[in-house]
Amino acid sequence: MRIGVLISRIRVEEKLLLEALTARGVAFEVLDDQGLVLDLGRPLSGYDVVLDRCISHSRAVSILRVLNDWGIPTVNTCEVVANCGDKLVTTSLLRRAGIPIPRTLVAFTPEAALEAIEQVGYPAVLKPAIGSWGRLLSKVNDREAAEAILEHKAVLGGYPHHVYYIQEYIRKPGRDIRAFVVGDETIAAIYRHSPHWITNTARGGQASRCPVTPELNDLCVRAAQAVGGGVLALDVLEDPDRGYLVNEVNHTTEFRNSIAPTGVDIPGRIVDYVLAVGRGEAVLAEAAERARA
Amino acid sequence: MANCPECGALVQAEGVILGEILPCPECGMELEVLCLEPLALGPAPEMEEDWGE
Repeated sequence: MRIGVLISRIRVEEKLLLEALTARGVAFEVLDDQGLVLDLGRPLSGYDVVLDRCISHSRAVSILRVLNDWGIPTVNTCEVVANCGDKLVTTSLLRRAGIPIPRTLVAFTPEAALEAIEQVGYPAVLKPAIGSWGRLLSKVNDREAAEAILEHKAVLGGYPHHVYYIQEYIRKPGRDIRAFVVGDETIAAIYRHSPHWITNTARGGQASRCPVTPELNDLCVRAAQAVGGGVLALDVLEDPDRGYLVNEVNHTTEFRNSIAPTGVDIPGRIVDYVLAVGRGEAVLAEAAERARA
Repeated sequence: MANCPECGALVQAEGVILGEILPCPECGMELEVLCLEPLALGPAPEMEEDWGE
């Protein structure tokens, strides 16, 4: 079997994944997106599967589109990456699948966005539809703050910032849940604790083990399948009245802080799944078809 | 060992692989392993707007 690993940088996660491939005696080739040139008329051959670890959303979608159209299986597929890289698309797919989500509104002008924020009530959360690592999230506490942030986005932001993605603020209990789905199983989950309302471990949130109950497993697997399935990391909020709400689904999961608290060999489980896809044992097309249906 | 291109500190980089990102222990700059033989370190690419999980 021959594996390609598409990377932008080799961080702790990528190193652990490459070590897991080596430990299994699998031949692999690192494809660095910084120097990659794809000749669309000359498909690459010989790859049984490519593992995507690209941290640039635009590059990932472009490269995976070409690889998938060449018939090369990828984890995740282009469609899944496109579904997860845009929060509006993710939220819409989750809602369609009946997954509980925070109340979410979208508007396309600052004036309409202000009206939407007023409908949600204060505090509200304003997010870029495309973005990650907790960057540029705004907790909007009052109308004056809303007006200022919307003006900044309208004047300084590029066109992706002119899709105004607005959510209700969930009064979570000082933590949220990051759950890791591989195929049809939630293999591990952590609580991310933080006194700050943004709990990303990239922003200093502290991790501890979260038990994967049957309820959490079922919800996360259904949410993962709603966006097409594969290797995914879900952000789940605990609402005091409604219970679990799925907030985001991430397609290039970062797991360095989750191995020790959970005791789960996350990179090993990911690699085993990638190998199953390479052998044709895990069929991604069906999951992608479900997302399209 | 190689020098940090920002502050000149000597950076221990044993067991690294090509493309690996590591921080300079003195100035904290993110460094990318550009070459293994001989070891060369350069500034890691700047984060772009669409980077993430």
